[in-house]
Amino acid sequence: MSAMLENRKWTVLGIFFLTGLVFLVKLFIIQVVNEDYKLRAEDNSIKRRVIYPHRGTILDRKGRVLVVNAPVYDIMITPSQVDLKDTLGFCQLVGISPEEFAKKLAEVKHYRNKKVPFIKQISKVEYARIQDRLITYRGFSVDSRTVRLYPHTSLAHALGYIAEISPESLEGDTSGYYQLGDYVGKSGLEAAYEKELRGIKGAEYFWEDAHGNRKGKYKGGAFDSTKVDGQRLISTIDLELQQYGELLMKNKKGAIVAIEPSTGEVLAMISAPSYDPNILTGGDFPKNYNKLLRDDHKPLFNRTIQAKYPPGSTFKTVQALIAMQEHVVNDQTVFPCNKALVKCHWHPTTDLQRSIQHSCNPYYYQVFRRIVHQNVISQKDSITTVARDGDHRAGYSTWRDYITTFNLGRKTGIDLANELGGLIPDLNFFDTRYGKDNWKYSNIYSLSIGQGEIGVLPVQLANVAAIIANRGYYFTPHLVKAIGNRQAPKPEYLVKHHTKIDPKHFELIIQGMRGAYLSGTVSYTAIIQGLEVCGKTGTAQNPHGEDHSVFIAFAPMENPKIAMAVYVENAGFGGTWAAPIAALMIEKYLKGEISRKDTEAMVLQKEFIEEKTPVAVPLEELERLYRKEKPKKDTIDKPKNILAIGH
Amino acid sequence: MVTRNIGLRSGTDGLAVLLYTTLVIFGWMNIFASVFENSMAEAYFNDFNASQGLTVTQFVQMIGYSLSDFSLSSTRQLIWIGASLLIIIVIMNLDYRSYEMFAYLFYGGIILSLLIVMVFAREINGARSWIEVAGFRLQPSEFAKFATALALARYMTMPQFKSKQLMPRLIAGLIVVIPAGLIILQHDVGSALVFGAFALVLYRENALPTWILLGGFLALALFIIPLSLQREEDMVYYLYVPILSITLFIILFMRDKSPSKVGAILLIGLAICLYTWSVRSIFDNFLEPHQKNRILILVDPDIDEKGLKERYNLNQSLIAIGSGGFWGKGYLEGTQTELGYVPEQSTDFIFCTVGEEHGWKGSLFIIALFMALFYRLIVMAERQKDKFARIYGYAVASVIFVHFAINIGMAIGLFPVIGIPLPFISYGGSSLWGFTILLFIFIKLDANRDRQMERH
Repeated sequence: MSAMLENRKWTVLGIFFLTGLVFLVKLFIIQVVNEDYKLRAEDNSIKRRVIYPHRGTILDRKGRVLVVNAPVYDIMITPSQVDLKDTLGFCQLVGISPEEFAKKLAEVKHYRNKKVPFIKQISKVEYARIQDRLITYRGFSVDSRTVRLYPHTSLAHALGYIAEISPESLEGDTSGYYQLGDYVGKSGLEAAYEKELRGIKGAEYFWEDAHGNRKGKYKGGAFDSTKVDGQRLISTIDLELQQYGELLMKNKKGAIVAIEPSTGEVLAMISAPSYDPNILTGGDFPKNYNKLLRDDHKPLFNRTIQAKYPPGSTFKTVQALIAMQEHVVNDQTVFPCNKALVKCHWHPTTDLQRSIQHSCNPYYYQVFRRIVHQNVISQKDSITTVARDGDHRAGYSTWRDYITTFNLGRKTGIDLANELGGLIPDLNFFDTRYGKDNWKYSNIYSLSIGQGEIGVLPVQLANVAAIIANRGYYFTPHLVKAIGNRQAPKPEYLVKHHTKIDPKHFELIIQGMRGAYLSGTVSYTAIIQGLEVCGKTGTAQNPHGEDHSVFIAFAPMENPKIAMAVYVENAGFGGTWAAPIAALMIEKYLKGEISRKDTEAMVLQKEFIEEKTPVAVPLEELERLYRKEKPKKDTIDKPKNILAIGH
Repeated sequence: MVTRNIGLRSGTDGLAVLLYTTLVIFGWMNIFASVFENSMAEAYFNDFNASQGLTVTQFVQMIGYSLSDFSLSSTRQLIWIGASLLIIIVIMNLDYRSYEMFAYLFYGGIILSLLIVMVFAREINGARSWIEVAGFRLQPSEFAKFATALALARYMTMPQFKSKQLMPRLIAGLIVVIPAGLIILQHDVGSALVFGAFALVLYRENALPTWILLGGFLALALFIIPLSLQREEDMVYYLYVPILSITLFIILFMRDKSPSKVGAILLIGLAICLYTWSVRSIFDNFLEPHQKNRILILVDPDIDEKGLKERYNLNQSLIAIGSGGFWGKGYLEGTQTELGYVPEQSTDFIFCTVGEEHGWKGSLFIIALFMALFYRLIVMAERQKDKFARIYGYAVASVIFVHFAINIGMAIGLFPVIGIPLPFISYGGSSLWGFTILLFIFIKLDANRDRQMERH
């Protein structure tokens, strides 16, 4: 009996040892086999604090501040530490309702010991008001950040805006630089120079205890990195000219782009209507953004680089240059103003120079016809002969090659985000529309006077003005002339691009443009004493309503300092509205003051904003654009071979 | 001379004393680690580099400095250890026969103090189990274990105790249940559960039949399974069908198929089914919410982590132990413990510090120490000529074992979280003294085993 009972010690010892064995196996699994716990221990206690760099500021060409950073404050919460005895008092302090408070608290509660934003972006004034009392509430604190501030409220479109990075962009970010909640440039210079402006984030690693207190640097700071502030950009924009242009375009729709021809520097870039860029900073961003997006006049739409307008008669300058280069016309060539071909207005019969001055439509019907049909002129013993019609496809292709060297029909490469390309149709385009070998000059003659299936951006047209001013070359338009300490723009903006037109052909066109300004299609209101303006008017057909008033110009005639394009939507003749605006801008830039106050008053008083006017780009496309998707393809209004009225 | 003075004589079991000493010293080191923070070191040493840790000299100095700070657990534990030495001297110098002689007196005294505690104690952590004596807080439940062990041994040694009779068995059971019941009334369920350890003692002395011991383990296992099943029909597939199949299987292969035996087996099978069926409602109706959560987080790992403090605590414990790896992060290098992520880290969750800083080899070391102690205690118990000493020896081994099993089991997620200390390791005077008294009375009895009368 006793011996049998003694054997029970083995049962007892068995239970002891089995337990020990089970523990050791389980411990082996969690300590040696499972790696997960090691990572979670680090997650717990090693915390990373991001040190945000200051985003670079942007100055105008004379050093005036266009964008700076202003401090804003976020009320932060550490949910596990919150111990509110006086909820109502707190709500009154920060200005939210108790229901809102409960809702917000429920949203962040699961962060426990993590400090997260509770109320975002309170102003400095608000912060000053509440800071003393806020510290008495456990678990709440204030973190300061900066937002963009635009002291002059100018240049909204070109500067662009920044906003929290979207989940899609975050996914597409292969560099791994961005984190959820980071701000990123979404349009304009902010997006184009994102890398330069944002700087480099710094990081700090430290131990944090269970109560959220810092407990020294991790590995003595071996993994820490310092932030690098963003670079300052010096813009090519002349703030005074920009503001004057914005003033002139008030209550109008359209665009102005002014370029310094010798450098390609953009002096002013106005897209009207505009908005105060300050409303797209701060906590009201979503509300204001949606309001702008829904506005019928599309203030978010940067017309200078996104609106495709027909160039209208301003295009005649380019046509004349190509025709001369191709020897299909010369300075002697005269065509009668045959209104049976294209509508025209009354003017004397013209040679090439005068055709620019008076903007003769039938003349360019013939010019473009000769280009397309390659009717080369040859002169033998003072007898001029014109070659027979050649292959129109080859002729058209040659013409298009010339056009391309004017930086038309594609993106210009300007340093702004979301630029669209213009449209100069290729052979395929017409083949698709009419069928191969099923189209001829009569289908495309509208192009001769800058109508039909042609779309140019105001910036492109301004560049055409600069090319003429330069007698044959251009620098890609750009808005930044110095990045950080480097006193130069990006290298691609220092490359001189030549057209395929011989410089000698330009003088005649320039004379024609001078004539147009002094005694041609330009309205007397635009003529300003002492300004050597050369210009060409245009009236861009608008299938949706009143024609757009267009004008390209440069001044002075020799050593031009400024070249520009002006579009005023639904304003009719180019000479009547676009030309005076251009003249005022030129005077402002060259002289610094305005002598024709009557013209200025006339422009300022005029309104061209009508309610419910359809815009050049449909709403869907706009929204796609701002969602940063690519438009499916270049679209343009259905061509109408309406007989154009070109001035 | 010194050994004579503290009462250690030739018969004293050196191995048991060595194991005790090792556990206490290792325990103190871990308590120091659990209160140590780099900021403490930074405050004392200008050239302190957190990434390199303390040098040996600095460590010794650090202990020196910290000794002056009585708010630190490690400093106070050193005092409790010193006091334990005094207790050991007293125990070893008393006549070995006095423990048996005064067993009921100890027992009565403890029952009385448990009652006093219930009336006067302040509530700490939801339990009213502490009594304040001259500025010191004592936990009588820690001393109830050795007193109960003495009383049980005394009772079972009495000539009139017949292990096979019901009445003596019930009385023996009552000796255990009374203090346990009083401790439950103090809302300290964990400490009361430890008294289940005496089942092993009763089993060894044949006062508890094997089937009850097995039945007890079975009931425990079958309590967990129904809780881990989500759907009603799973009960049928995973419990009723298997249980009844086994029952039928047993009946089929029984040699003696007398109707009464077949009926009895069938009845047992049905009773087990009924038991598993009622587990859910026992669970829902008789347990406190925090007790339910502690069980649920074991059976349902997907249970919402954000909402449950219990889940968070267990996770932090697992992260601490699991992040130690095989070799451990190094002494005083544990981030989970140094930075306070582990709850109750110097008392109930002291094993986290071991696991994190000393890794699996540390776990092995401490478990091996306990296994060696258990084995030694059973060997010692079995070599007693005197039944009283043997029963007491088994009680010592069983009580320490249950503490060991529950404490480490809960830290590694094998057992519901029950706040009881790891013997000799956890911080706490009452606990250390209680276990010291428990163990050393047995060492004293063992030292005098050659003088014991034979009583079987």
